[in-house]
Amino acid sequence: MRLTCPLCGDRDRREFTYYGAEDYLHRPAAEAPLADWDGYLHLRDNPAGETRDLWYHEAGCAQWLLVSRNTVTHAISKVELVAERKA
Amino acid sequence: MAELIAKGPFDGQEPVSAGGAVLAPLALGPIWSLALFPGQAKAAEQALKPLDLGFPAPGQWLQGKAGARLVWTGRDQAFLIGAEPLEALAGLAAITDQSDGWAALALKCSAAEAVLARLVPVDLRAQAFPPGRAIRAGLNHMPAVILRVESGFEILTFRSMARTAWHELAEVQAHLAARAALTV
Repeated sequence: MRLTCPLCGDRDRREFTYYGAEDYLHRPAAEAPLADWDGYLHLRDNPAGETRDLWYHEAGCAQWLLVSRNTVTHAISKVELVAERKA
Repeated sequence: MAELIAKGPFDGQEPVSAGGAVLAPLALGPIWSLALFPGQAKAAEQALKPLDLGFPAPGQWLQGKAGARLVWTGRDQAFLIGAEPLEALAGLAAITDQSDGWAALALKCSAAEAVLARLVPVDLRAQAFPPGRAIRAGLNHMPAVILRVESGFEILTFRSMARTAWHELAEVQAHLAARAALTV
């Protein structure tokens, strides 16, 4: 598996660390209902197909990346910088 | 007050010539990290003009006046090597002295690419990585900044890992020499 880092280019998987689902980017407000916090912390989809998750480019530019990939075909469709995403 | 003796990371280390490559300690002079504050890229470009430098694009290093170099080291971050930061950069970037935190090595001659091919999982051959390019990548398991210069490569690692980096590279040189001896 290779990821094309928007800054560093095409790099080997061993340079990256997996963090988890994109859900971690959508932190509920402090006073949000308990159900929202439960979902944020514990509930994850397990899709067969398109999924988006967070990777850290540990041995490269040290940026957090939002990776869109397909769990069935293993195709990587998009790699974005978390720091430059539109909220 | 006691006179303290400043030591380099590779003091007493002679260059190693083996396997078709030459590995040597490198004295780079001062190293300053310039980490741009948000939205200050344009202003920083202006401020760097007296050194004949712009802000390097990802994967690039620039040669400026009087030995000054600016090396891309991350998003909105670069290392100013061989020069003191300009007053005009104050307020545009977080500027920190990194000089003592890094150890630098020069790797040259025909097998330099072959040596790095065994340690760095990135294509560093001349057609993919010509002079003027710089990357951050793993040197085996160590974080490193690698520059391509006309004479070969310059490799920066954390000073705490200097001896390990030297060992890794010299060992690969020995492996290449052993393989060459077998195939004669």
